Amino acid sequence: MIQLTVNGKTYEVDAPADMPILWVLRDKLGLTGTKFGCGAAQCGACTIHLDGEAIRSCVAPVSRAVGKKIVTIEGLDDSLAKPLQEAWTEVDVPQCGYCQSGQIMAAAILLRDNAHPTDRDIDNAMTGNICRCGTYQRIRSAIHMAVTLKTSAAAVQP
Amino acid sequence: MTLSPDINRRQFIRTAALATGGLIIAFNVPAAGKRRRTGQEPAFAPNAFLQVGTDNSVTVILSHCEMGQGIWTTLCMLIAEELDANWKTLQAVHAPAAPAYFHTIYATQRTGGSSSLLSEFDRYRKAGATARQLLVQAAANRYKVAVQDCRTEDGMVIIGDKKIPYSDLAADAAALPTPADVPLKDPANWKIIGKRIKRMDTPAKITGKAIFGMDVQLPGMLTAMVARGPAPGAKVKGYEAAAAMAIPGVRQVVAIPGGVAVLADDFWAAKKGRETLQVDWDLGPGANMNSDALLKEFRERANKGGIAATNTGNPEEAFTRAAHIVEAEYYQPFLAHAPMEPLNCTVQLSADKCEIWTGTQTQTDDQRGAAEITGLPVEKIFINTLFLGGSFGRRNITRSDFVREAVEVAKASGKVVKTVWTREDDIKGGMYRPAFLHRFKVGLDAGGTPIAWKQISVGQSVMTGGPFEKLAVINGVDMFSIEGMQTAPHVKAVKDQRIEVNTPEWPVSVDNWRAVGLSHTIFAMESLSDEMAIAAGKDPVAYRRMLYKDEPRLVGVLNLAAEKSGWGAPLPKGHGRGVAVFEAVGSFVAIVAEVAVLNNTIHVNKVTCAIDCGIAVSPDGIISQTEGSIAFGISTALYSEITFRDGKVQQRNFYDYPMLRIHEMPQVAVFIVPSKEKPGGVGEASVGQMIPALTNAVYAATGKRIRHLPLRNQPLNGHLQDSKLMG
Ligand code: FES
Ligand code: FES
Repeated sequence: MIQLTVNGKTYEVDAPADMPILWVLRDKLGLTGTKFGCGAAQCGACTIHLDGEAIRSCVAPVSRAVGKKIVTIEGLDDSLAKPLQEAWTEVDVPQCGYCQSGQIMAAAILLRDNAHPTDRDIDNAMTGNICRCGTYQRIRSAIHMAVTLKTSAAAVQP
Repeated sequence: MTLSPDINRRQFIRTAALATGGLIIAFNVPAAGKRRRTGQEPAFAPNAFLQVGTDNSVTVILSHCEMGQGIWTTLCMLIAEELDANWKTLQAVHAPAAPAYFHTIYATQRTGGSSSLLSEFDRYRKAGATARQLLVQAAANRYKVAVQDCRTEDGMVIIGDKKIPYSDLAADAAALPTPADVPLKDPANWKIIGKRIKRMDTPAKITGKAIFGMDVQLPGMLTAMVARGPAPGAKVKGYEAAAAMAIPGVRQVVAIPGGVAVLADDFWAAKKGRETLQVDWDLGPGANMNSDALLKEFRERANKGGIAATNTGNPEEAFTRAAHIVEAEYYQPFLAHAPMEPLNCTVQLSADKCEIWTGTQTQTDDQRGAAEITGLPVEKIFINTLFLGGSFGRRNITRSDFVREAVEVAKASGKVVKTVWTREDDIKGGMYRPAFLHRFKVGLDAGGTPIAWKQISVGQSVMTGGPFEKLAVINGVDMFSIEGMQTAPHVKAVKDQRIEVNTPEWPVSVDNWRAVGLSHTIFAMESLSDEMAIAAGKDPVAYRRMLYKDEPRLVGVLNLAAEKSGWGAPLPKGHGRGVAVFEAVGSFVAIVAEVAVLNNTIHVNKVTCAIDCGIAVSPDGIISQTEGSIAFGISTALYSEITFRDGKVQQRNFYDYPMLRIHEMPQVAVFIVPSKEKPGGVGEASVGQMIPALTNAVYAATGKRIRHLPLRNQPLNGHLQDSKLMG
């Protein structure tokens, strides 16, 4: 039995130590928002946060998560999720949508660490996330819009 | 093929009451149901297109699947427009598999050919208009006023200062007789069609809540992974399952036609089980596929000739009159679709029914396949269509390969199964865009107009063996092998021409891939037009204007793209612009690409696209699809190639079958030409043009003509020249 903390909840899972976190989330815990795209750290569809860092869950064995905090798209904190999701909706980023959980998880870390990313910062942070539908231009403008939304939200805070 | 929908001949509209009291607008297929005018129906009767509930809900049932193209939203827009619905109360669901949902042109339930909107433009508007008329009639009856005194807005009938929500009227409306031939709105009064409407599926897709086929979970379900032949057409000679069965979590190993399936509690155990499984393969003739030898074979076939698709006048004689002769040969490789969501299919099979959950474009074919395997009647095959994580034609496979395979596994194992493909399975899994070689000899008059045309196209047939074979394969020529070529205006005008097609029968499976034939024919045609322009000493845009002078829609997009891209403005050394313009899936698209070639690396900096797709129902959807097609085309031009060695596909995953990434995405601007023509296709309208626009730009930047794809195999060094020479 392995003890895991996912989105603030504790789980006991019966899984071999080498099972990637992705498949523990999807097949053992039923958290299907995190996607399988390549299984080889190539596409970013499986991006989650492990102790606040964006990682490729398809190649990270579950043993790596013991004693750490996993956050998935289902449990992304509002302060990070809200501006991104609002911007994603406003810009209408998704097409098929399959890559978008991973895109948002990657973008969340970018914006947490860099309040005003340039296009180049965005490219650097997001280049590991493939979108076969080609929504890249909209991802870029949505990230810029999320910055604006975040700043204006902060401005109205008492 | 000319496509024109005809719903009236085969279907008639009917209305009925929901068990819960709401109104159903349905279309009946004469053979499929009794000709009753009204009656009680269960929720989601397998012919409903629209339901107006008594609970304030308006549900649109979608005969086409959502794979990213936005049809989910577009079909709702059509209904909402005519119904004057409150957009916020609209919900959409995928239709079950049933004859009522057959494509109005293809006569099978299918999403493909970029034709969903053309198929549904009238049918969904009629459903909305009929519901509206009934709701108005119900209100008029209740308040004893004339229908002319009622108007509708935001999901309500308004009579003077009374506002009656549709939900209050739905039960009354359902009891009224079905009106005949309800008029549609005058386009001048459209409030939703042609406006920017946000996609309805976005909220689910940005919160991880959207359910794709991959996300289906059923009680007792096992994950199955299938070991498939290492070479096309390989057969299982024998296998040894003991080691696989020893992996914790592996439950069963079963042989199915074409492979061996490992069933396990979860993906990880199934994958490990399959890795341990030993299969002895009979490779068959597929083992002779070698990409190194392929180009030679293509050329031998081109030398040998083929079946004539066109043959008029005397091209040889006409060449003697030509002022310029242009000869060129273009080669494009096999391509995989690589949708973001790898293939998967969940099946629950019992003695009297088979239920399937998957993302599919071909419900009717899937039903037929499952019926053949299980021996059940087609009506006992139930298909739940889920969101498709991209497709690009991979889930529009005539043989329903991945659905049939899953049904085989369910049948052989007796279990509830979800087959899951890995990315490697997907890249190696066949159903490719066929490789093609197009060879031309064209004679131009002194002004550059083609007067003699000889062409041979070599490549496998996509349509042979499929449902469209009769329509598409004419006298042994698959029209999709030369899609758009012999019908191009400047080719049709040539009196002396011979276009031949040579169709190899290789063991590699080929099938629909985004834009089908146009995915390779436009590259050949628009590279050739560029070469003809250079031979005639003309600017590439001016030359095409001349070629297409009698085609206002082609010239319209060409001029718009040229103007918006700043065509002709000087560029620095090593930079260049390229243009391509072509008709595709009923739309007209021109693209100007601007590239910089620096240190032998191509940077696509800017892409300007003009599209005329008839009535622009969902303008932002059109822009979004076109941006995506541009990225798809750039990936194809720069990177995509499937190769074989001794029958084995040499690519495995995104590291050797790369995709365009965000840092390579150019700045894209898409402009829509206003039009009142019938809706053309969009999803496949621009992929083909992007590729030659890019390679023509590389020529402008470097003087290097790209005749083989992908570009990453082409050395570019030593060819930089002053791009100002070339427009
Ligand atoms: S699935 Fe993990 S990076 Fe692709
Ligand atoms: S939206 Fe389809 S892969 Fe990104």
